[in-house]
Amino acid sequence: MSPVIPLMPERVEGSGLPVLKQRGQREVFCGLTGIVWLHRKIQDAFFLVVGSRTCAHLVQSAAGVMIFAEPRFATAIIDERDLAGLADANTELDRVVTRLLERRPDIKLLFLVGSCPSEVIKLDLSRAAARLSQRFTPQVRILNYSGSGIETTFTQGEDACLASLVPQLPSTPARSLMVVGALADVVEDQFRRLFDELGIGPVHFLPPRRSTELPPVGPETRLLMAQPFLGDTLRALEARGARRLAAPFPLGAEGTTEWLRAAWVDWCAVGGESAAQVTRFASVVGPKRERAARSLARHRVALQGRRVFFFPDSQLEVPLARFLARELGMTLVEVGSPYLHRTLLDRELALLPPGTQLSEGQDVDRQLDRCRAARPDIVVCGLGLANPLEAEGMTTKWSIELVFSPIHGFEQAADLAELFTRPLDRRARLVA
Amino acid sequence: MQLTLWTYEGPPHIGAMRIATGMRDVHYVLHAPQGDTYADLLFTMIERRNHRPPVTYTTFQARDLGGDTAELFKTAAREAYERFKPQAMLVGASCTAELIQDDPGGLALALDLPIPVVPLELPAYQRKENWGAAETFYRLVRTMCPAPATARAPRLPGTPARCNVLGPTALGFRHRDDVREITQLLVKIGVEINVVAPLNASPSDLSRLADADFNVVLYPEIANTAATWLTRSHGQPVTRTVPIGVGATREFIAEVCALAGLDAELALRNAEARATWYSRSVDSTYLTGKRVFVFGDASHAVAAARVASRELGFQIVGLGTYSREQAREVREAAALYGVEPLITDDYLEVEAQVAALQPELVLGTQMERHIAKRLGVPCAVISAPVHVQDFPARYSPQMGFEGANVLFDTWVHPLMMGLEEHLLHMFRDDFEFHEGAAASHLGRAPGPAAAVTEVAAPVQLAVVAATHATHAPQVPSGPIVASWAPEAERELSKIPFFVRGKARRNTERFAVEKGMATITVETLYDAKAHFGR
Repeated sequence: MSPVIPLMPERVEGSGLPVLKQRGQREVFCGLTGIVWLHRKIQDAFFLVVGSRTCAHLVQSAAGVMIFAEPRFATAIIDERDLAGLADANTELDRVVTRLLERRPDIKLLFLVGSCPSEVIKLDLSRAAARLSQRFTPQVRILNYSGSGIETTFTQGEDACLASLVPQLPSTPARSLMVVGALADVVEDQFRRLFDELGIGPVHFLPPRRSTELPPVGPETRLLMAQPFLGDTLRALEARGARRLAAPFPLGAEGTTEWLRAAWVDWCAVGGESAAQVTRFASVVGPKRERAARSLARHRVALQGRRVFFFPDSQLEVPLARFLARELGMTLVEVGSPYLHRTLLDRELALLPPGTQLSEGQDVDRQLDRCRAARPDIVVCGLGLANPLEAEGMTTKWSIELVFSPIHGFEQAADLAELFTRPLDRRARLVA
Repeated sequence: MQLTLWTYEGPPHIGAMRIATGMRDVHYVLHAPQGDTYADLLFTMIERRNHRPPVTYTTFQARDLGGDTAELFKTAAREAYERFKPQAMLVGASCTAELIQDDPGGLALALDLPIPVVPLELPAYQRKENWGAAETFYRLVRTMCPAPATARAPRLPGTPARCNVLGPTALGFRHRDDVREITQLLVKIGVEINVVAPLNASPSDLSRLADADFNVVLYPEIANTAATWLTRSHGQPVTRTVPIGVGATREFIAEVCALAGLDAELALRNAEARATWYSRSVDSTYLTGKRVFVFGDASHAVAAARVASRELGFQIVGLGTYSREQAREVREAAALYGVEPLITDDYLEVEAQVAALQPELVLGTQMERHIAKRLGVPCAVISAPVHVQDFPARYSPQMGFEGANVLFDTWVHPLMMGLEEHLLHMFRDDFEFHEGAAASHLGRAPGPAAAVTEVAAPVQLAVVAATHATHAPQVPSGPIVASWAPEAERELSKIPFFVRGKARRNTERFAVEKGMATITVETLYDAKAHFGR
């Protein structure tokens, strides 16, 4: 063993929070996993992974694909002939795409998704996408991004996907608000109603539900980030002139309020709203916030003072930890994240309790040692670790459910808290 | 490049993981990019293992590719040894690491660890999971139990014969329970068990393999390579019969007795399963000639076809496998039943075949279960790839006599459910049983449909909280057909639902062939006579 013990603990600039960085085995998904929710969100899109049998196996294992009649994702499996140069990989890819699009005339947008093997053999999917686009336009738009594990971690797959959509967005000189990041449809509709009541509009969502409804972007577009893992998408949107509104993320009553407030303040400032209208925020948002807070009360009783340990997974860890600490009174033992995006998390880090131990990246074995030593009341971790830790007597929450369930917004605040109370409740109920 | 919507087998390193995870005191150091760790959840979630698989992944990233990924591997291997102190270490590469050609075997040997290190060459772009498992097991066996310099001394007279039981792994289809069933059986007939491997064996157990007189191969896909080598280098003969079904189990017992020098007749006395009688009992008459489609790994598919045909009186209308390595066995079996073998790993092809054959029961994998569900055909699962449902809490072997009982129950059950549904349909319009009638046990409770029954729709348990399918299967609309007269349509509705679709198709085909524009009740019965089987 060669434990690296830093002499001076590293700290996140600005917030001053200590951050532990270790390099070892990272027990995380790759970006291909994002296909599982992205294909449900963009309903006329198909995701074709260009990769190995491992990629196909990963996606079907992560998605429990067995339930799909004919899923809107597939893998073009690279075989020996492609590697040996016996077959021109580009010709092969064209053949596969043609066969696929013939089968599925309902598809309007095709993503060629790069993988570890396609990156390593340097198969140029952007050129392939351009070539195939020409051939299938205007019926099908063909784009590419990489979901490879060597470049992306889990939710970064969504970042890469959305970033690839940005150049396709129509331009607009008009003032508008864009909510960035895939949300459950029900959550999107709730937010849309709130923005309507606040008089903020037009509001667009990226990604859209259909590829034919791409949101417009321009210098007067304000960006409200719904997810903390969209750094590349943000950069691409900023390059189109849009500007991000700094805010915490809409998790919990407080996070949602502050997130909406950021949009409201900006909208009033530019629109020159009168003082009377400013009270509108309180009258629209206030009752919803109170209702959410009421629904959290029961969970606060169950979670107050309980100690939580986060293994890195989705980059949602910091906003989740902020919610658990501030709204439910939990104690944060360690907040691990695959990557701490300093800019996107600026408002979040400021809200964390002083001295919160962060960790970035992972050495899973050493992190498990820390976790066992700390004996937290609940561990948030991936599916590979959950049952083994339960067997050791720890209570766990599978982190992937935090990505697949609707957790954003006022109406979901209690559902989010419930995801943490249920494992504790269950352990208390089971006698033997 | 092959377009794949779903795959029956994972890559070969998953096979290696199944060996390592099934064993004790082995550690596998896998050169693999970040993300390949998804494989852990197959074991911890599907199989509900209470330990992490004994696998260390190097999880290299793009920034490492410019640097020294070989050093990363060496560090991972060294630290894994220090932390886990295994008796033996497997080292290898997943698909991406294979491309960067770091030679994990060479690197690990250079570390000079004080334990056996087994390098694995598993070509990820040619081979698949079962092959990877077989190769890994073979390499481990060869390393731990090298060929002896001199031939083994013959067994002393009077000492009981000993055997090894080879093939069961982690994440195997009912391996856990098959091992228990078969070892009990072997002990009962007077054979000593030397080593069961790889499941629950340690590398030191493997070094004792040579102490057995013969080997029992439960899963040829996994154990054949190692067993063949053991025959060649240690002179251990091997069993060939996979004991699935009553007939095969009896044959297996006879085979074992011959190898062990035991009296087969004695061993076979009272060797029966309840399933044999159940199959003969009169209420099983309706099973006669049920048209069955069988698909799975080669061993399970061949065994299932035999049980279906000889022990349940079904008719095999299709037989296939996704294991190309064992295609020959399936071809031979298919010839036995006079059907075309289907050798493919493309589930769309399997689906087309099932749709064309219109079987009354499908015996397949989890994927065939979904195909059957879409087509409205009853189905039972007989083979890997595994699903969380394939690890029931109860004892549920496939092999031996108890296994035969399990097969009877699990295969006949979906047909019974279908029958119940048919009765419901038949009495649908009965005055006491119509959809609007309340259940009698609810007294005068008003309300809608009481005639609700648990339809054979197995619970979908995706590994993760999966989203819902909205994409309906695309049923190709055929050419314009003759139209149905109302009274013919009414008559058709009286035909049991599980043959109604076929009756409709046959009648329409008949009408088209005869150039009829309208289908009457007479046309229906003319067609029935014409196609009558």
